[in-house]
Amino acid sequence: MRYVKPENFEAAARLLRDEDGVSRILAGGTDVLVQLKAEVVEPDLMVDIKHLPGMRDILAEDGGFRIGAAVSGAQMGEHDALKALWPGVVEGVELIGSSQVQSRATMAGNLCTGSPSGDSVPAMVTAGAVARVQGPGGIRDVPVVDIPTGPGKNSLAKGEFITSIFLPARPDRASDAYLRFIPRTEMDIAVSSAAVSLELDGDGVVTAAHVAIGAVAPTVLLVKDAGTALIRSKLEEAAIAGLVAAVEAACNPITDKRGTIEFRTKTAGVLAKRAARIAYSRAGGQA
Amino acid sequence: MKTIPVETTINGDSAEFLCHADESLLDVLRDRLGLTGAKEGCGTGDCGACSVMLNGRVVCSCLVLGVEAQGAEIETIEGMANGETLHPLQRVFIEEAALQCGVCTPGILVAAKALLEKNPDPTDTEVRYWLAGNLCRCTGYDKIIKAVQIAAAEMRGA
Amino acid sequence: MAFDVKAERKFKVVGTRVARPDGIDKVTGKAAYGADISAPGMLHGRILRSPHAHARIRAIDVSEAAKLAGVKAIVTGADLAQPEDEAFADVAINCLARDKALYDGHAVAAVAATSKSIAKRAIRLIKVDYEVLPHVTDVDAAMKPDAPVVQEGRALENVPAGMSQNVTTRYQFGHGDLDAGFAKADRIIERSFKTAATHQGYIEPQACLASLGNDGRGEVWCCTQGQYMVRANCAAALGVEESQLRITASEIGGGFGGKTSTFIEPVALALSRKAGKPVKIVMTRDEVFKATGPTISTSMDIRIGMTRDGRITAGRGELRYSGGAYPNETVDMGAQAAFAAYDLEAVETVGWNAMTNRPKEIPYRAPGAPTAIYAVESVVDELCQALGLDPLDVRLLNAARKGTRSSYGPTFNEIGLVATLEAAKAHPHYTAPLGPNQGRGLSCGFWFNFGGNTCVSLNINDDGTVGVVEGNPDIGGSRASISMMAAEELGVPYDKVRTVIADTSSLGFNDITDGSRVTFAVGLATIEAARAAIKEMCGRVAKIWDIDEDAVIWEDGCAKPAGPNAGTHPPMSLAEIAAIASNTGGPIAGHHEVNADGAGVSFGVHLCDTEVDPETGATKILRYTVFQDAGKAVHPDYVEGQMQGGAVQGIGWALNEEYIYGEDGRLQNAGLLDYRVPVASDLPDIETVILEIPNPGHPYGVRGVGETPIVPPLAAIANAVSRAAGVRMTELPMSPPRLLKAMTG
Repeated sequence: MRYVKPENFEAAARLLRDEDGVSRILAGGTDVLVQLKAEVVEPDLMVDIKHLPGMRDILAEDGGFRIGAAVSGAQMGEHDALKALWPGVVEGVELIGSSQVQSRATMAGNLCTGSPSGDSVPAMVTAGAVARVQGPGGIRDVPVVDIPTGPGKNSLAKGEFITSIFLPARPDRASDAYLRFIPRTEMDIAVSSAAVSLELDGDGVVTAAHVAIGAVAPTVLLVKDAGTALIRSKLEEAAIAGLVAAVEAACNPITDKRGTIEFRTKTAGVLAKRAARIAYSRAGGQA
Repeated sequence: MKTIPVETTINGDSAEFLCHADESLLDVLRDRLGLTGAKEGCGTGDCGACSVMLNGRVVCSCLVLGVEAQGAEIETIEGMANGETLHPLQRVFIEEAALQCGVCTPGILVAAKALLEKNPDPTDTEVRYWLAGNLCRCTGYDKIIKAVQIAAAEMRGA
Repeated sequence: MAFDVKAERKFKVVGTRVARPDGIDKVTGKAAYGADISAPGMLHGRILRSPHAHARIRAIDVSEAAKLAGVKAIVTGADLAQPEDEAFADVAINCLARDKALYDGHAVAAVAATSKSIAKRAIRLIKVDYEVLPHVTDVDAAMKPDAPVVQEGRALENVPAGMSQNVTTRYQFGHGDLDAGFAKADRIIERSFKTAATHQGYIEPQACLASLGNDGRGEVWCCTQGQYMVRANCAAALGVEESQLRITASEIGGGFGGKTSTFIEPVALALSRKAGKPVKIVMTRDEVFKATGPTISTSMDIRIGMTRDGRITAGRGELRYSGGAYPNETVDMGAQAAFAAYDLEAVETVGWNAMTNRPKEIPYRAPGAPTAIYAVESVVDELCQALGLDPLDVRLLNAARKGTRSSYGPTFNEIGLVATLEAAKAHPHYTAPLGPNQGRGLSCGFWFNFGGNTCVSLNINDDGTVGVVEGNPDIGGSRASISMMAAEELGVPYDKVRTVIADTSSLGFNDITDGSRVTFAVGLATIEAARAAIKEMCGRVAKIWDIDEDAVIWEDGCAKPAGPNAGTHPPMSLAEIAAIASNTGGPIAGHHEVNADGAGVSFGVHLCDTEVDPETGATKILRYTVFQDAGKAVHPDYVEGQMQGGAVQGIGWALNEEYIYGEDGRLQNAGLLDYRVPVASDLPDIETVILEIPNPGHPYGVRGVGETPIVPPLAAIANAVSRAAGVRMTELPMSPPRLLKAMTG
């Protein structure tokens, strides 16, 4: 295996494009080194991108934040303004692994790994986050929801890698939340998960709602009907029931060593309900 | 595969080594530098027995490449005591019987020290969640949490 | 040797909380564990393992691997001896398969090379021609007459004809008239239970550094619970004399029974002999799960009858255990332990072992007991619920006491069950209020504890310090306890005593560190060795004072005249006697060799409060208290540590730990991500209450304590969940998907 720290973004993209063998990107390394150890992948080329400009920065931009692809979960957890604006996104990232993993893991890496249960992904999706992608031909912006394409797969072309993720501004009286189900209290891969992002009007009525569920399909799912069920409500029983029904209907999980189809479907609905209530309360709503 | 030369700082001392690109920092510490305090319990970041500090943050050294140590500051369990004076955490762990077989202890001490540097007055719950990535199979964690709190109180008072 | 009545004395060292001798090494990273040492010129060993649950090995072609530069030796099962003794033969075949791979992960070949990465590449070049065979991984399926046969001709004579060849043993215990007993019952409950296999989960994978010459002389450094066991297994597997092998036990990163056999040492020795160099083998975590010794998996039926005022009138249990692909006797202990807590007129347990295509089981803390007692305590609890009786009162009513004829045969001496039950009843935990979705459960637990072969050598150094040499790896702080007992007996301060663990060439035979035997048996031998040294010292002093030997007594660390008739002589301290030893006859020592018996059983009771999330089946442990009889707690911190550690292992077993097999017979969760041991945030503080009902068989009253604490949690949690969630879980682990399904139907 060759290990390279390219001088700039373009050089990195060219290296990746031109590699005939297997290449991997090294950001936090908390997924790729596990794969190396399991002999699931044997890269010929490992491209370390952490040192490139801006990769470790969290910068305010247009009322939101641009988060460099090498920013760790720990860094995000220490950023008060980011946490205040997108608490659900940050709490999702902060749930990845242990304190040790948090020191290194990145939301960009978690996204690109393409695990259906990636903890950072549902809340990024409901936030409408946008990934900035560097390629050999230049830069393009891609909504985060379009990056994962299946278990272990993403939509990036050869030579492309994410350089930052943009979390947009949001109005007052808006917030989000992320919950996952795991059998222990830490250290597990999510068996099911849900993120909800809400905007409320002055009376506490939901004016916009996005609901995404994870670990219950080959990729994260943005469940339109679930969001619609909450609009014009104050999260009364009927709205919640609609949310849960839409979530359960959208689930398409498998039965494996972590959970059964029934369990995943049932708990995804429960988590969506609970996440909605937390987001609502954070946004200033009174249930 | 050729080896790559790496210059780094370990426990305040400069260190140089050669390693292959695919060797982990844990492999390098144990096999090339003779620093066997960090242990391999799983090799996959699930047990924390390999915990070290990398540029001021606690990491699993099994999930860091050896070559990433270039220019970095690394602290291992071997650097925690000051000559023959144990760090309060180390001393209190012995006094409070917070170890039985001791194999998870280096990782837990490194992680606990990192916690107290960030948060000198944590609640029990905060300690437990911070240390969730450090598995212990012998103690049931009870005496470990108590020892961390006793050391924390002493470090706040001192 | 009997409990020393004069040990109603006030202990000066025993019972205090001293610092352990290996503490500084362990908190600074200096302590050397199995994988921590290297030797000049050493090679790295790596093992190739079967990917099939059951397969005939038709041929192994190592030619490509042998050509790889850096490969210095390759071995297969043919390179090991074929011991006549069945037990040794099973170990050898488990280390390297012969004609069949018996489970996913069974070792089939091994390579030694100049680097880890070359060894890794080399095993991939070994071509094994497998004929895949049908497999069976479930114990009940394995007992069916048409089940795939794991090994032929392994059944003992007492197994009835017509059963699958997988059934290897049948045990039966009990007494009384079951039918009459059940006829007296006002309520009878019968339940079936199933439990998944679990693993000891020690954080340190097996590791060894071995060297064996063509002359049959060799050395091994390894993490083990028994260096003498390693020696015996390796000698048999390599066809060399035991005395030619010197086995040194490293510090050990957890054992819990899982390091009471050998998996890699014979392989490393075989490679070393071929290569002419030392060979180091370190297991990866997934090898540990696949190819060391997990517990039995079980299927159990329990039937208990109770009168309306809580008296158990009859109990019957049938336990079907599988200890993996080899004959296994753990069900013997499970069948004995199942009803051990109770004074019963009519009781019967029948135990079966059946082979499955799974790794070879070895002990895990109280082997066989946790699952059996989980089943019995669950049914007892269900009867209490059905009859509206207090579960603690029912235990007290039926508890075994001194003089009870146990369910497994012997009559109990002084035991601490009633004391632990009464302590639990009086404890504030028992009456603390509970909220919605919360429930409290309790369970008794029991372990036999063992004595065993033990040697101790105790040397009085010329500077007045004391060296104790014993042969049992320290898995829980025993060096401190041994030093304490020596210090107590000799009357010297604790810090004057240093206990070391000998290699196999430096001390006589010692049974493995298991059965909670070390504080009991090594302690007892240490006390006897100390007494022998005292006798020698008194003899020396008698000569100096020119009086009879029996006119000299030992008190407060000094030789003193027995009384005024012995004359006026100022006391001589141990240090003073030691300083002039070479003038009085030479170096002073005491030693003791024994096959210790008189181990005292240890009873415990656990109280547990749980909260179950009714929408997800997640179980939270809110409060946990362990009550246990230690006989005499030599070092209370370490006794507490055993109680807490064992309880948490039991909590993991109850809630989330399990071996998950696929349809293909392969282990699906061979890692610490999906084999879910408890993490710090899963747990509350574990409160401990130590009772001391002295064991009449030990001079200080010591009972082993290490194993009992893993026994009660399974039922304590099942019983608590039953009250929190309204469902009785008869399958372990009670993971959230299972619990939610039970709650919602």
